Amino acid sequence: MSDKQNTIIDVNELQTSFFVDGKEVKAVDGVTFDVPSGKTLGIVGESGSGKSITSLSIMRLINNPGKIKGGEINFNGENLLDKSEAQMRKIRGNQISMIFQEPMTSLNPVFTVADQIGEAVMIHQKLSKKKAREKSLEMLKLVGIPSPEKRLDNYPHELSGGMRQRVMIAIALACRPELLIADEPTTALDVTIQAQILRLIRNLQEELGMSVILITHDLGVVAETCDYVAVMYAGKIVEYADVNTLFRDPKHPYTVGLLKSLPRHDIDMEGDLSTIKGMVPTPDNMPKGCRFAPRCPFARDMCRENLPHLEDEGDGNQVRCWIHTDQWDGPEVNVKDDYESAASKQS
Amino acid sequence: MAETTPNQPVTKPPSPFVENFKTVMKKLKKNKAAMIGGYMIIFFFLVSIIGPWLTVHPVTTPDLTNRFAPPSTENWFGTDNFGRDIFTRIVHGMSITLYIGFASVAIGAFFGVLIGVISGYYGKKIDSVLMRIMDVLLAFPGILLALAIVTVLGGSLQNVVIAVAIFSIPMFARIVRGSTLAVRKLEYVDAVRALGATDVRIIFRHILPNIMSPIIVQATLRIATAVLTASALSYLGLGAQPPTPEWGAMLSDGRAYMWDSLHLTLFPGLAIVAVVLAFNIFGDGLRDALDPKLKD
Repeated sequence: MSDKQNTIIDVNELQTSFFVDGKEVKAVDGVTFDVPSGKTLGIVGESGSGKSITSLSIMRLINNPGKIKGGEINFNGENLLDKSEAQMRKIRGNQISMIFQEPMTSLNPVFTVADQIGEAVMIHQKLSKKKAREKSLEMLKLVGIPSPEKRLDNYPHELSGGMRQRVMIAIALACRPELLIADEPTTALDVTIQAQILRLIRNLQEELGMSVILITHDLGVVAETCDYVAVMYAGKIVEYADVNTLFRDPKHPYTVGLLKSLPRHDIDMEGDLSTIKGMVPTPDNMPKGCRFAPRCPFARDMCRENLPHLEDEGDGNQVRCWIHTDQWDGPEVNVKDDYESAASKQS
Repeated sequence: MAETTPNQPVTKPPSPFVENFKTVMKKLKKNKAAMIGGYMIIFFFLVSIIGPWLTVHPVTTPDLTNRFAPPSTENWFGTDNFGRDIFTRIVHGMSITLYIGFASVAIGAFFGVLIGVISGYYGKKIDSVLMRIMDVLLAFPGILLALAIVTVLGGSLQNVVIAVAIFSIPMFARIVRGSTLAVRKLEYVDAVRALGATDVRIIFRHILPNIMSPIIVQATLRIATAVLTASALSYLGLGAQPPTPEWGAMLSDGRAYMWDSLHLTLFPGLAIVAVVLAFNIFGDGLRDALDPKLKD
């Protein structure tokens, strides 16, 4: 992993649970990662893997019945979990900002664009309404909305999805945060707009020198925008690597499965796209051992019985799999090359 | 990025409020009953403001030579048991009726909205406690509750307003709580929280403006109930005291002579019916017009 003095945020053994009907559902179960300053970390995973809950936990925006049970979130060396609610409010929108998935519903329908962008600066910098409006205009220009003067007085319903997402970004960046959390910022947009928005985030990141956590389920997005990737599965990180290593040399069977299930334009496709068999385990039915074991083509008894640790691979990259440990009792496997043949034998 | 032309006049796009208002008006206009109700309400306001200057008879001075006079060109609605002109008294009573209706609903709505929005936003224990208190208030029939309050506070116009306000609170609280629960779940509330907004800011700046329609509808309908309840309290002698020309009190006064001189009760009764009906049908129409599910 990257060296400590240059990390903007360092999440350590984060645990967030939801308490429903007296039962505990562990949505995030011991997640550890850090984001080097000025870099982009992608958090990838299927629906329900806990990636959004991780981001909301960083913002301390977990609503009842959810609760952050343990761990540390060190932002610039200070643990956010020790902060009071008032201190958190000063950080939210100011030092850490968030972009939500659904631009259609993330803007208040009864306020103009100028009002909503100005909101953040009015909260944090106590600017006057007039100054806030100037700031709003500046932000609209920054995110590249055409004829920004006209858009200032528009209401959200008068904007297209892509424009609304740009407005969301403008709102999030109005106070020049050090860290931007983008929770599936492009999921609700069509593909050409997706590319524009991702490029915009990337450019703004370089321009403003901020760090980004990008939550997504789209590996294509990750390849394009991220420096580091954390792959989440069932509330745990199964692999953490820099983006090149992850795509070139994936270590965890789940990561390999994800990559294999992507259509590629550089390889001739024959037959069906491969899929990962089975379903993500539901939180009330978590496997005892490795959580991916029931779906893993390489799984052995040791995988089903014991949960592997996130082991450092020496180069800063980490993987949570028995295959890459000394304890592995099965035949030698190369996860990437042997995956398909193993998967085809899977019943 | 587009070129910026700061000095070019920019046509301000219509706000959704204006747009909304237009569509609501359009729908209201289609609803004849609601329009009649609306015009009646406007008419009542005009009467309460201008009317008192146009009447020629004294409001409270008795004229014992002219008691129980039937409706005539001189006394349009006849005179009562003290010889006072009933038409004059009804016109003067209009402002009292509207005052009771609006004041009590305004007070009730203020506290009801506050309780409802706090309940809905914070949930958990606060919600349970507040809503159970509201349930207790709701469990009493409205008139009984108002009666109890006025009995404790003593009979006067102010106390009637307070009593009616208190029994309006739970209605507003329930409706607002429900709407708040729905709005609170929307993503933009999370989005402003993620911007570092305080709860007060979120509640009053972001949630309240989004739940105005049900509050407006409820307030309109509630005015009708308030007028009716206030009249009932006055009829029972607990509201406005004689010789105030309050309609319920007039009904009560005329009750003893109902079989001989019907006009003593008929006209105040009709006045109450007219006001209640107007607010009810207008409120119903408003609800239909504001309900997004009924968009054509």
